[in-house]
Amino acid sequence: MSGAADKRSSLAEAAALVHDGDTVVAGGCCYSRTPWAMLLELLRAERHELTLARNLMCYEAELFLASGAAAKLVSSWVGIGLRWGIPKVFREYVERDPSIYEEWSHLSFGMRLMAASMGMPFLPTASLLGSDLLERTPAQHIRCPFTDELLVAVPALVPDVALIHVQTADAAGNAQIEGPPYMDVEYARAAKTVIVTAEEIVPAEAIVRTADRTVIPGFVVDAVVEVPFGSYPHECHGRYEADFDHFDAYTELVTRDGVDGVQAYLRENVHALDGFSAFLDSVGASRLLEQRRRARELVAA
Amino acid sequence: MTEATPVELMTIAGSRLLRDGRVVFAGVGAPLEASVLAKRLHAPSLTIVLEGGSIGPRMLPGRLPVSTNEMRAAHDAFMLTSINDLFLYGQRGHYDYGFIGAGQLDQYGNVNTSYIGDPDHPKVRLPGSGGANDIVSSCREVMIMTRHEPRRFVERVDFITSPGYLTGPEARRSAGLTRNLPVAVVTDLALLGFDEDTGRLRLDALQPGVSQEHVQANTGFELLISETIAELPPPTEQELNELRWLRDGNRSQTPETREVTRAP
Repeated sequence: MSGAADKRSSLAEAAALVHDGDTVVAGGCCYSRTPWAMLLELLRAERHELTLARNLMCYEAELFLASGAAAKLVSSWVGIGLRWGIPKVFREYVERDPSIYEEWSHLSFGMRLMAASMGMPFLPTASLLGSDLLERTPAQHIRCPFTDELLVAVPALVPDVALIHVQTADAAGNAQIEGPPYMDVEYARAAKTVIVTAEEIVPAEAIVRTADRTVIPGFVVDAVVEVPFGSYPHECHGRYEADFDHFDAYTELVTRDGVDGVQAYLRENVHALDGFSAFLDSVGASRLLEQRRRARELVAA
Repeated sequence: MTEATPVELMTIAGSRLLRDGRVVFAGVGAPLEASVLAKRLHAPSLTIVLEGGSIGPRMLPGRLPVSTNEMRAAHDAFMLTSINDLFLYGQRGHYDYGFIGAGQLDQYGNVNTSYIGDPDHPKVRLPGSGGANDIVSSCREVMIMTRHEPRRFVERVDFITSPGYLTGPEARRSAGLTRNLPVAVVTDLALLGFDEDTGRLRLDALQPGVSQEHVQANTGFELLISETIAELPPPTEQELNELRWLRDGNRSQTPETREVTRAP
């Protein structure tokens, strides 16, 4: 797409860029700066047969499996965090059919996206050597043509769509990230289609004044959606902390009811509501502002 | 001061292994707590790096991160970089220590955090590698911290997520793992090293009051025994106070009301 066009969209319009069967990579990391609003929008739109890829996956893994939106997951770790235990529904699905989950190490997964972001078909790494992960992925042994060192070649992963949530972007999609960028820049460069959601869409002049903070150029971006609290109940660096009470409630529901619990969660938080802002309304302003206050204690404004 | 819990014993013993001026890539949970403790007590120039891209963070007591990529893990860091960058400093050889936890490990220090049972028909699907495989493949000295239980210390892991010595030094070399070595396993019962000739785990030191027989009884394979087995000094009051403060952020809480934290 060309640089200056106005790419502002609604979540629904952006979701139309994702097609059944696509490989979708979601930015952020575990419960941090997750494109949660966009993920829920794909569930609302009832996409099917997706391959969902993410370096560390939180419980969106279970939402996508149990809803039938994803047929396959690619990651290096799945869970909310140690204190919430092993994710029960993810377990059930993989124990029934291990082929639905492709497991990498964190760096080898990242190198796949980095290869794609560089326009290269593979990259070498010292990870995976000697492990059983190597045999269960398409990664291959390779010898360095110069030193003969034994290494692992990981194939590029070119996502059809990348979903990225950032703090600020302009209407053309030039995007700035506060806090760790995780793998979002590689994802945005690697994917064929890029959807950016932003806490705020700011005037182009604001981006120009702070151009050294721009990490995703508008020309790789296809749609920009302004979504305040767009990662909630996950965190967004400097803006709001993750809502552990929400995670506790989800975990309790799923521990008790398994897949039915996930379905109930989806009914309550996605299908019964008219969009993401209705979801935030159901959470309530006081809770959202409390998460914002807690973030300010950790990151000076 | 109440007695140290098993997790506290293990965490404090782990913290003592970290020397000042080095760089440690710490996994979340006990390895991270041991690293933060070391930095506060005897290694002020220790640089902690965390998987989410955080270099040199200083934790807020009572708000230790649950995940290594969240805001609390980035608190007061001097650099926040991408995850690939963070790992690639390690692949380049800049990290002195890699410090991870383990679900299941075997006599060669191979760690499984993927599958219990046959991977094609698993009994339990575990959360996975995350960065553990990358840490043990690159960081110069690899250390593992885990509770000492027979179900964790097995003769052969069902799946090698993160390789130790595989089946010995030659196997490790021929697999291409030439950049680093596993050096220690820290538990609530003992400090274990690796025999360089066989790559097998060796009992080097006991936690205070623990017998050699007790360690062996909690290990699912035969341990090599060091010629001179030391006893680790008990945690000092300062170590315990500091660790408890880090965990709950409360200096005034009495030991009696303090909740005993479960193993991460």
